[in-house]
Formats: sequence, structure tokens, C-alpha cells
Amino acid sequence: MLLAPIVWVLTVVIIYFFASKIWWFPPPISQHGLAYDEQFMRTLVVTGIIFFFAQFALGWAIFRYRDDGRRASHSHGNNKWETIWTSATAILFVGLVLTGTKIWVAVHLSEPDPNAIPIELMAKQFAFSFRYPGPDGKFGATDLTQVNDAAGNPFGLVDKDPAGKDDIVSASLKVPAGKPIKLIMHSRDVIHNFFVRELRLKQDIVPGMEIPLYFQADTPGTYEIPCSELCGLGHFQMRSTMQVMAEADFEKWKQEQAANK
Amino acid sequence: MSAPVVHAHHAPQGFIRKYVFSLDHKVIGIQYYFLALFSVLIGMSLSLLMRFHMVHPDAKVAWFAHLWPTAAQGGIMTPELYLSLMTMHGTIMVFFVLTTAPQSGFGNYFLPIQIGAEDMAFPVLNMLSFWTTLVALVVMVSAFFVQGGAPLAGWTAYPPLSAVPQTGPGEGLGQTLWIVSIAIFCGASLMGAINFIATLIDLRCQGMSLMRLPLTCWTWFVTAILALLGFAVLLAAGVLLILDRSAGTSFFIPAGLMVSDQILNHKGGSPLLWQHLFWFFGHPEVYIAILPGMGVTSQLLATFSRKAVYGYRAMVYAILSIGFLGFMVWGHHMFMSGMSPYSAMAFSVLTMAIGVPSAIKTFNWIGTLWGGKIHFTTAMMFALGFVSLFVTGGLSGIFLGQPALDLYFHDTYFVVGHFHMIMGVAAIFGMFAGTFYWFPKMFGRMMNETLGKIHFYVTFVGVYAIFTPMHYLGIAGNPRRYSDFTNFDFLGKLLPVHNFMTQAAYGTAAIQILFFINLFWSMKYGKKAPMNPWNATTLEWTIPSPPPFDNFGGQHPVVNHGPYEYSVPGAPRDFIMQTDPPDAANPPATSH
Repeated sequence: MLLAPIVWVLTVVIIYFFASKIWWFPPPISQHGLAYDEQFMRTLVVTGIIFFFAQFALGWAIFRYRDDGRRASHSHGNNKWETIWTSATAILFVGLVLTGTKIWVAVHLSEPDPNAIPIELMAKQFAFSFRYPGPDGKFGATDLTQVNDAAGNPFGLVDKDPAGKDDIVSASLKVPAGKPIKLIMHSRDVIHNFFVRELRLKQDIVPGMEIPLYFQADTPGTYEIPCSELCGLGHFQMRSTMQVMAEADFEKWKQEQAANK
Repeated sequence: MSAPVVHAHHAPQGFIRKYVFSLDHKVIGIQYYFLALFSVLIGMSLSLLMRFHMVHPDAKVAWFAHLWPTAAQGGIMTPELYLSLMTMHGTIMVFFVLTTAPQSGFGNYFLPIQIGAEDMAFPVLNMLSFWTTLVALVVMVSAFFVQGGAPLAGWTAYPPLSAVPQTGPGEGLGQTLWIVSIAIFCGASLMGAINFIATLIDLRCQGMSLMRLPLTCWTWFVTAILALLGFAVLLAAGVLLILDRSAGTSFFIPAGLMVSDQILNHKGGSPLLWQHLFWFFGHPEVYIAILPGMGVTSQLLATFSRKAVYGYRAMVYAILSIGFLGFMVWGHHMFMSGMSPYSAMAFSVLTMAIGVPSAIKTFNWIGTLWGGKIHFTTAMMFALGFVSLFVTGGLSGIFLGQPALDLYFHDTYFVVGHFHMIMGVAAIFGMFAGTFYWFPKMFGRMMNETLGKIHFYVTFVGVYAIFTPMHYLGIAGNPRRYSDFTNFDFLGKLLPVHNFMTQAAYGTAAIQILFFINLFWSMKYGKKAPMNPWNATTLEWTIPSPPPFDNFGGQHPVVNHGPYEYSVPGAPRDFIMQTDPPDAANPPATSH
């Protein structure tokens, strides 16, 4: 019987921590992020209402129908109620999937923007490396046998290929604000994952696959990138940052990198 | 329809035949139960070590160095040691606790009795299945003691991490032993599944039609079908993985890999192939872990509310739907994997669909209580707790089943919170409920209700305290499988939450001592149990506590009633047993 108030208190406490947003998403930095947060809230409200009423009903049943001498009622169920709550659940759940579909399609099933700035990402145990094509706009050829992390060649750029001479290799991701980006992801060894909380995006980086991720970041700032797929003992330290800067600053950065070659 | 005659066997003689290499489904059920109990102690200890390390990653603990001279030099747990403890925690809990006790423990003991049979269809196969499981456990635990230690690739063992020995310590012999253990476990599971299915189909006594089966039997039946189909695929996947590791094949390893500065020879394989095979097993596996607990909950809510299960037929269809749909949703573990986004959409709709029968069951549990006359025994408390925990754990699935939202939540603590609520807590509560309910029948004695209730309340609040905060951590973006949180600014801010969870874990683990005391003390000193201490209706309550070796003493029970005829208007008592005469609701007047 004590269980009823315990269930009710737990329910209220749990809902409180969701509502108060003490531990919450960081603010979104993209249109996708805004759409994401709306879908999250829709789901939170629907599940929150169900959560509250289900736990409340459980607690109420525990309290109201404790044995106090009466006889139990005899019922094998009620088809009308079964139909009502089954249909309601189905409609709500499928409804949520449908509203979320737009977001999924926008990220993975839309026409890629031909003007998206291509940036390569190479993940390895236990670091991310990024590559820009440089002023010639072409990525140089790479070969696994040329890889030399110590000498600053994690991509294995081939010496003989002139297109690679101006490629910019960076340990962190730099992007211009408000411009579409195409992140082309590879892994050199095991499965890793690229995740930026503020973008509300993540993607597994799978060896043997070249996986593009399109996004556009609108708010300047520096955002952490934690590897989000178990990749070995250094997984917890596999960190990089994404720095979103004004377009002019991004061009300046690229020129500085080119000049230092 | 008369029951087929099981090959009659005489009462076993001698200690070895009675308690060690026993053919008796009741002994085998108890053996599985104790295997699970032993495993849960290991699994729980591993989780406490994990929670300690997460909040004290640099702590020097002297006995760490004694246990793990290489992996914990100077008494400091290395990241690879943390990951191997984590891998073994998940593996031991999922396989050796959640896939044994609910199905092979309680199911073995009570399925034959609840359907009126003398034993399982294949007693020798049954005995073999237990001993094979035990061999699998020994092989699994041995991974701790070999060069490099236990594997670190998680219970999901994704290649190439698990397929290439150079990817980390523990990925050598440790990972191989892990795969071998799982393969042996698959064999044991298949043996058990065949037995359960044949038994349920063939050995039901006269009058025990399918729609008169207790819901526990339905869940054991569907669970066995899931196991038969799922474990077969896991076995295949394990064989392929071993071949990649030792025979130079490349099922899962593509070309162009460089590990530890060495370019690998493999080519042509796909890491995604493993994920498809693993999760094709892995998703049914989680329903294997939860369905028996759902059956126990239905059974107990009816018994202790003195009221029929609300919507029995709907409950059966829900169990069947969950089983069927359970084979079609595996891709929801792979939304971010790089598989086709169209597949993701299909899996998402099916995943939401499987939420519907789960919701039906929840509404019907509450409907069972509604208008009832509730007796708050410890068994009932755990069944009620199951309902609350299933609601909480199930609802977080609504977020994760949408690929749009999984774009953030995949591989965060939101997922860890979700599956622990459902498996690590609700399923365990199903086991506790089954223990308190059936202990009198199994051991002929009652467990202590006071100890039971204290254990229940502290555990119930404790598990909410441990696992609810994980959802908040997930919203904050805390990744999973991190051995420490000091390398990221945003993670440092979340340490107080981790601290709270660690303290809650210590307290909740400590109170489990009460359960063990209760269990073992009551076996010897508990009050003697009557035949039917709960005034329940199903067949196990018509035979002595504990039952004779052939369950029904050579009799063939005849069933005349459904499983949950409680509080039938006009009946002399508030329950009608399944074997009561057909007119038990309106007995003929007797003249005095």
C-alpha cells in the first residue's frame, strides 16, 4: 500500500527533472537542430502524459483496491476499452514517427547541395583528422602505405600527386558559419562515430565505407566532438573540436594554412 | 483428447542421480536458477567496479593490483581493464542471468507442471542443456585469466574491433574464448528451446487447451521459439567471426585497414554484416529476457488481486505479436550504422508497432488490478514494481525508435538507461517475483515476508535512483562506454550525476544481501508451506510442496477451467482451480 505514494512521488520527481531542464541539450546551432528539438519536445510531451497517467493509475489501483474486506469484481476484460487504448496508442506512436520522418529525410535522403564544401574526415584509434582540398579544390590521392602519423601525414597523402600538395590537414574541424558542408568520412581501423551535440547529428564511421554527412552550422563557436562508438581503450579520450567561424575568418584560416606549406 | 503417456521413469536413486546429473525438470530448473544467481553476483560486482572507476578514474586500490597485475599496475584501473569489466558485465548479465533463470529456471520447473505433465518431452536433452550452459559459463569466466585478459569490445563485439586481435588488449585469446563460450551457450539454448516447444505442443493434459494455458506458459512457449530462431543466427555469426580471427577469412573485415601501424591483409568484408546478424539475434534476445517476466507478472497480479487477468485473449495475441514483430525490428539498433536510410524508416515503423502490444499488456495489467482485492505479499510487490518499471523503461523506447531522434541519442546514456530499466530492472523484478511466488512450491517452505518487503522497497527506490538519471545524462549528450569523463568540458559538468548514481548503486547492491539471507535461511528454516499458500488456481498448486519426482504421483490431471477463475459470482470460494469439477461455479446443493 505504501507503494502507491512511492510510485507517485517518483513520478513527480522524474517529471520535475525533465521539465526543469537541469541536465539538457546544449542550444542548437542549426535549422536541423531547431527541428530536432521540436520533435523531441513532441515526443517528450506525449510520453510524459502517458508516463504520468500510467504511473498514476497504477498507484491509484494499488491504493483504492487494497484488500479491505470487499469481494473483487468479476471481469474478464472489456473489448471496447481494449480497442480504444490500443488505437490511441497506435495512432500516437505512428504519428510521432511520421512527424519525425521529415527530419530524417532532410538529413539522409535529400538532394545533396552541389555547393556543399567538401571536407574529409579520417578516424583512427584514437584521433580524428580532417582534410581540406586546398586552393586547387581537389583532394590529393592517398595510399595506406604512405601513412605516417608521426610526420603529420595521417591520410597517407602520396608525394607524387601534385593535387595533394596544397591539401590542408587539421586535427580539428573548421567550418564557415551558414554554409552547407559535406563531411566525407572514412575510418582506418575500427568503427568510430562523429558526434556534435549542438548540431544534433551523429554518424558511425565504418571502415570500408565512405559515408557523407551534410550539415550547416549557423552559430559561431567551438564545439566538442566525442567519439561515439566503442573503438578500443582510448575511446574515452578520442576528442576533437568543431570551430564554426564567420566566412571571412574561415577564408583567412585557409589562406594561413596554405601559406604555411 | 487424452494426454500422451510420457515414458515412465522410476524415482531416481543416489545423490548424483538425484541432484547432480538429474533428468528431473525440477532439479534442472533449480540448477539453472543457481547458475543465474552465481552469475548475477559476478555481474553485479563488475558493475560496482565500473561505477567506482567512472567517478574515481585515478584511484589507487591495492587489491586491484593483486587481481590484475598488468591491467591495474600500481592499483590503478586502466581504461582497457574498465572496458573488459564492462564487456563481461553485459555478457554475463544478458546471457547467464536473463536468458537462464526466467526461461530455463522457472520455465523448466513449472512449464511441465502447469500443463499437467510428468516432465519435459526430452529429459536427457534437458540435462545436457544445463551442463552445456555451465561449460559455457566456465569458458566465459576463463577469459579473465588468460594473457591479455577478457575482451573489451562490449557484449555486442562489433568487428573490426572484435575481429582483429591487434586492436586492443583482451582482443586476443580473451575475445576468442568469449566467442567460443557464446557458441556453446547457443547450443545449450537450442536444446532447451526444442524441449520447451515440443513439451508445450505435445504434453498438455486432458482439458488443457491452448486458451486455458496460464500466461506464464504462453510466454515460455513464445520465448522458446524466439530462442530457437535467434540463437541459430548468433551461432552462425560467431563461427564467421572466429574464422575471420583465425582462418584468414574476411566476412566482416574490409580492405584498407591499418592497425598498430600494420596494414592488414583482409579484403571484401563488411562490418555491417556482423551487426545485422548479431542484432537479428539480439533483438529477439531482449524479448527472451522480458517475456517470461511479463508472464509471471500477469499470473501474480491475477492471483493477488483475486481477479482474472483482464483481457486474457488480448494478452495472448500481444505475446504472439511481440514475438513475431520482435524479429522485424533489429535495425533499430543500427540507425546510425551507415545502413540504408530507407531501411531505417521501415525498421522505425515496425518498432513503433511493437510498442502497441506492449502498451496493451500494460493497460491490461492495470485493468487486472482495477476492482480487485489486493493482497500485498512480497511476490505481489515485485509484480507491481515490474509494471511501474516496464512503463518507465518502455517509454524511453519511443524516443530511440525514431531515427530522427536517434541522431543524438544513439550511443549515449539515454540508451543505457533504457535497456537497464527494462532488462536490468524490470526483468530482474520478474525473477524476484517468481522466486517469492514459487519458493513455497519448490522448497516446501515460506520465505520471510518482512525481509522480503524491506528488500523490495529499498531495491525499488534504489533502481529508480540508479537508472533514471541516465536519461538526463543522455539528453546532455553523455556518450556510453567511456571509462572516464575528465577529457571533455561538457562531461566534467555531469560528474555529480555520476556520483549520485554510484552511491545509489552501492546502496542498492548492499540491500541484496537481505534477499540472499532470506533465500538461503528460508530453505532450511522457513515456515512449512501448505500445498496452496496463495489460494491460486493453476496446476502447480494442486500437488504437494515440494512435488514428488513425477509431479502428479502417477495421476493424469484433467482440466475443466481457465487459468484465472477468481471471484466468480456464485462460487463458494473466491477461486476455482483449473482441475475443479466443471460445475464448481454453481455446485449442486448438498443436503445435510
